[in-house]
Amino acid sequence: MGASRRRAALLFLAPMLLTLALVAGWPLARTIWFGFTDASLTDLDGAAWIGLGNYLDWLPYGDGSGEWIGLLVDRQWWRAVWNTLVFTFVTVSVETALGLAIALVLNADFPMRGVVRAAVLVPWAIPTVVSAKMWAWMLNDQFGIINDLGMKLGLLSAPVAWVASPDTAMVAVMLVDIWKSTPFMALLILAGLQMIPRDIYEAARIDGVNPIMTFWRVTLPLAAPAILVAVIFRALDALRVFDIVYVLTPNNSETRTMSVFVQENLFQFDQFSYGSAASTLLFLVIAMITLAYIRAARLNLD
Amino acid sequence: MAQLTLKNIRKSFGKAEVIHGIDLEITKGELVVFVGPSGCGKSTLLRLIAGLEEITAGEMLFDGRSVNNLPPKERGIAMVFQSYALYPHMSVFDNMAFGLKLAGSGREAVRERIMEAARLLELESMLDRKPRELSGGQRQRVAIGRAIVRNPRVFLFDEPLSNLDAALRGQMRVEIAKLHERMTDTTMIYVTHDQVEAMTLADRIVVLRDGQVEQVGTPMELYLRPATRFVAEFIGSPAMNIVPATVTDEGKVLPRGAAAPVALGASLNGTSLGLGVRPEDLTIAQDGAPSLFEGRITLVEHLGETQLVHLDVGNDAPLIVKLPRTAAAERGHMLRVSAPRETLHLFDDTGRAVRAA
Repeated sequence: MGASRRRAALLFLAPMLLTLALVAGWPLARTIWFGFTDASLTDLDGAAWIGLGNYLDWLPYGDGSGEWIGLLVDRQWWRAVWNTLVFTFVTVSVETALGLAIALVLNADFPMRGVVRAAVLVPWAIPTVVSAKMWAWMLNDQFGIINDLGMKLGLLSAPVAWVASPDTAMVAVMLVDIWKSTPFMALLILAGLQMIPRDIYEAARIDGVNPIMTFWRVTLPLAAPAILVAVIFRALDALRVFDIVYVLTPNNSETRTMSVFVQENLFQFDQFSYGSAASTLLFLVIAMITLAYIRAARLNLD
Repeated sequence: MAQLTLKNIRKSFGKAEVIHGIDLEITKGELVVFVGPSGCGKSTLLRLIAGLEEITAGEMLFDGRSVNNLPPKERGIAMVFQSYALYPHMSVFDNMAFGLKLAGSGREAVRERIMEAARLLELESMLDRKPRELSGGQRQRVAIGRAIVRNPRVFLFDEPLSNLDAALRGQMRVEIAKLHERMTDTTMIYVTHDQVEAMTLADRIVVLRDGQVEQVGTPMELYLRPATRFVAEFIGSPAMNIVPATVTDEGKVLPRGAAAPVALGASLNGTSLGLGVRPEDLTIAQDGAPSLFEGRITLVEHLGETQLVHLDVGNDAPLIVKLPRTAAAERGHMLRVSAPRETLHLFDDTGRAVRAA
């Protein structure tokens, strides 16, 4: 490439790079920096550098003893990390399985297929806060339709406070997310299924391969790239999950995710620097999981 | 290894019937080519034989046994697709082995059969490659190999060469012909729209038109004695000239634009006849000898070995004459041509051939 062509390319890229630096690079850098300061929400300008203090620090009691404090030894934080990982693993797994099943159905020829495809997308089209509120009502212990149904059908002996009870809160959150995101998964996988040429299935029929074997040995390997990409899209979303948890189960350590932990510290507990440090860790955790996944799945993202 | 009998086979998609009752007998070990323009139903008919489509009405017998309700794998067929339809994620070896392994053949037996097919098709050095690493011709050989290892009773080809370039097509055509010679017991059915493939490969050609059989015969039968005007124009390249003709009072045929009426000895009636003559049957008339047509040359196409001369004899379409490259033909000059009487074809107003009595 000639020097002038390179210069022209840079020139064309400059506006985009500048915008990215402004809207993504700068906030990220600021957040990381705040994580190393004692900034508070009311006094961002007076923030002073305290090094790794937010992450790990020795708090002396004055009598020679003391304790370690900071994010890295914060049980609440690690609980939030664990919650997030469980949430991500379960929801993405179930959404993938269900999404694949729905995609296989939608990939078959049947009348009104276009209408059904559009209808399947409805849960995905509803704003998350709206669907979370809707589910909150449906799961309500006194007025919710779920308890009402359960009681009338004799499945429940007493109404359950689905979102408040520690045993069921996480399950409720995951159910709502699965309900909402499965259509998205189904659509991404459907796109992958439609890339598979039809005549390969005819060749398999001539070869005498039964439908189940055809699925495992032909459909799945050929749809795998699309499925792996869909999984990473969903996993990235799930690792950052905030709105469903925040609306459905506020202030609940059973369901608190990393994003909720960060938001609480940043804006509710007036621990801006601590929240910033958590935010930085969140970024690192997601980045590492993504890299590990891409490597493990040998994804080609070109 | 199978004798195929098609009895009044019909196929409808929804309300539209595309195959209108086909009767056909294909003998064991024969290579039959289904040929016709696109939309004539030749591929659909092949898919009915394969079992990929359901037969709407009629009966299909393999060796006297009805296969109407048998799935493809129980019919003992193998098929080569136009698009090859190889499994893209499997190696060449696995593409050929997939069906066999699942059918429960032993590992060693599978290996042996694949190695034999690979030797036959010169694929031995590429057994570990994926289809995307192969050229079009190699892919088609793999597709043929996958069909061979199934040891089919009936071998089906659905326009197998139409995705290849001209040179490769000629080469693969020869390979398929050799394959047919080697697999003497295997019945082969080959679908194409290319009449050259049909002429060179077929033991018998079935010409299809609008879901019906137009004519069945050996290549030379179809070439020399086309039953209809459609077959006459479809078989042979360039296509046969068909000139509108009338019958004179003496019962002779007078092609429009002809120098003189021709006595063909057929009992004729009707006024809108068509006289057919192939470009290669026309020759320059000797001075003084009678000619069939006379006209001005409007165009000369040099093909190297021959030249195609377009002659304006006063009809809508020019008369095409195929002459040796040494013949003197120049645009704007007059040319007188004639043809032996036995090479002339006559078609009545329904398009049926009228034979000399």
